[in-house]
Amino acid sequence: MTALPATVAETATLLAAHGYIADRALATTVHLALSMRRPLFLEGEPGTGKTEIAKVLAAGLNRRLVRLQCYDGMDLAAAAYEWDHARQLMAIRLAEAAGHSDRDELARDIYARGFLLARPLLSAIDPDLPPAVLLIDELDRADEPFEAFLLELLADFQITVPEFGTVKARTPPVVVLTSNRTREVHDAIRRRCLYHWVDYPDAARERAILATKAPGVADRLSAQVVAFVQRLRAEDLFKLPGVAETIDWAGALSFLNQTELTPQAVDETLGLLLKYQDDIAKIRGAEAARLVADAQAAA
Amino acid sequence: MPGRRMTAEPGTVAANVMHFARVLRRAGLPVGPAEAIVAQQALALVDLGVRDEARAALRAAMIHRHEHGDVFDQAFALFWRDPAGGEQATAPPDAPTGKGRARATPASRRVAEGMGAPRDTVPHPHDEPPTTDAALTVSDRERLQRMDFEAMGTEEIAAAKQDIRRLTLPLTLRRTRRLRADPAGPVTDLRRTIRASLRQGGEILAIARNRRVSRPPPLVVLCDISGSMARYAQILLHFLHAVTNDRDRVHVFLFGTRLTNITRQLRLRDPEVAFQLVGQVVPDWSGGTRIGETLARFNRDWARRVLGQGALLLLITDGLDRPRDDGGSTQLAEAMDRLHRSCRRLIWLNPLLRWSGFEPRSQGIVAMLPHVDEFRPIHNLDSLRALVTLLSRPAPPRDGAGWSDRRAS
Repeated sequence: MTALPATVAETATLLAAHGYIADRALATTVHLALSMRRPLFLEGEPGTGKTEIAKVLAAGLNRRLVRLQCYDGMDLAAAAYEWDHARQLMAIRLAEAAGHSDRDELARDIYARGFLLARPLLSAIDPDLPPAVLLIDELDRADEPFEAFLLELLADFQITVPEFGTVKARTPPVVVLTSNRTREVHDAIRRRCLYHWVDYPDAARERAILATKAPGVADRLSAQVVAFVQRLRAEDLFKLPGVAETIDWAGALSFLNQTELTPQAVDETLGLLLKYQDDIAKIRGAEAARLVADAQAAA
Repeated sequence: MPGRRMTAEPGTVAANVMHFARVLRRAGLPVGPAEAIVAQQALALVDLGVRDEARAALRAAMIHRHEHGDVFDQAFALFWRDPAGGEQATAPPDAPTGKGRARATPASRRVAEGMGAPRDTVPHPHDEPPTTDAALTVSDRERLQRMDFEAMGTEEIAAAKQDIRRLTLPLTLRRTRRLRADPAGPVTDLRRTIRASLRQGGEILAIARNRRVSRPPPLVVLCDISGSMARYAQILLHFLHAVTNDRDRVHVFLFGTRLTNITRQLRLRDPEVAFQLVGQVVPDWSGGTRIGETLARFNRDWARRVLGQGALLLLITDGLDRPRDDGGSTQLAEAMDRLHRSCRRLIWLNPLLRWSGFEPRSQGIVAMLPHVDEFRPIHNLDSLRALVTLLSRPAPPRDGAGWSDRRAS
């Protein structure tokens, strides 16, 4: 495990060293989350690099990444821990066969740590394992009752198992929660976290991201790609392209041996940027040609 | 400006943070002592000489929602330039920008007039003796049920409102993926079974069982408040207020030329207070209507946030959109199509349907009709009751056909 960065600048350097170009506000928020040991709650449009922050922090701090992908109806057994019922039943039968009949002893035996199956949340705070970065991804996909499970964990980095006792982290994990806002996450969760809205990057930062994430793309093409995507985000679309789409698209154009944007190439590859037919129909053709001309003039 | 007050000794910073928290609170943001404490801890960890860093730190610590960001930034800019000036400038609640404030005042007055205050000869509801509806006889009540909202006088409206407040909305339950204990349930619960068995020295005597939890789906209401709908909207607002307070996961939006989310305002228990607040945030009461544009806006800004988890959508409008050009009705049809595909069930409530010979001729209605699951009248108490009955029955499966296609076949 590497020591936590001491200043905002060091945090930004740490993120950059692992391929994440953060703006100042994000670097500050990450720095605070690390120093104050508070969970980091990131909201933003899909494809703006929320999940990536957790991955980069795990790599940069040399910690293991524990990831919990949320879904509707997720319960404790899937998220935190589960008792190994088959082994418990076996242990009960064995105790009977051996003639042990002390109930308290039996209860102690079958509710030992060995019978507890750790799921991501428990694994992240397991004192016997090395420190972790816990990523709770797309929290908005889980339902409200699940959020309540999280409150104890986020406030004290501990989980109470009724039959067993409280498991508390030796080193508090770095916790990152993300949400795409398909549902509003409850205020009780928000209050325990540092909040940051991850916005689309400006042109300079997007070029820097592209240079890091798609190093094979020629400078001229990547400048035009960024200029085009930045203009596209000003259009009235149902789903704006994120940074992930920019990276994919630049890679695809480069793979097709394009050295600069042409209206035809844009029309053929628009499906990498826009994911709704209405949006594609709106941009394809004249609108794309206009944006390409603009982008070429600007880049 | 690297703030003369921010680089000062710790005591001054603490005092300023408390002061700033008060300014934010007065500007309508939910900032309490907990946020102020976190903010102070955060400021100790960043370089106060760098303005952006200080702002990012305070922002991360003090606000929890994206929509509060703009108010925060304005307050920050004003406060750290001149703490006293900031306090004055942000004093009026819920008015983030000077422009918005200037517009809100006449609008809120207009809505206040529109919503229960004297209009032509209508007396103020508070002036009336509370016995009004008790005086209605049985036959009066029957007449009331069938009477058009638009034809009602003050007394009848007051009585209708009373009636509406008593309506509950038992939506068909949907099964969730969560389990609860149920002795006759289909799923075994080994954890509870084993725990119980230990009381019998490890002998399993009874198997604990679970059943899936069912709960009503989220309800989203889009209500037209343009001139032609204003009368209905006023009365339906009472219904929406009662529904919003009766259950969780209800979202209510009003639209005319613009779209306003009034869910938070309607959550207040007291209808008078709630409606007064609604009046303050709705800028376009009894104005024109741009259904296509506002629906497109809803699709873009809200649909993904509120229409998840099998939501039921009520669209209340007469559909009398007057597209300014040919593109208008195409946009309307596209927006309706998207809306229809984003929710589990879309029910259009249209007061114009009260005329039995109603033929959908208006361009707007023709554009919208193929994209709804149900098309129903809403003009009197009977139709409102019929709606409640409809919503408490399971929805027929969608077969891809819109309402107009099904009726034709």
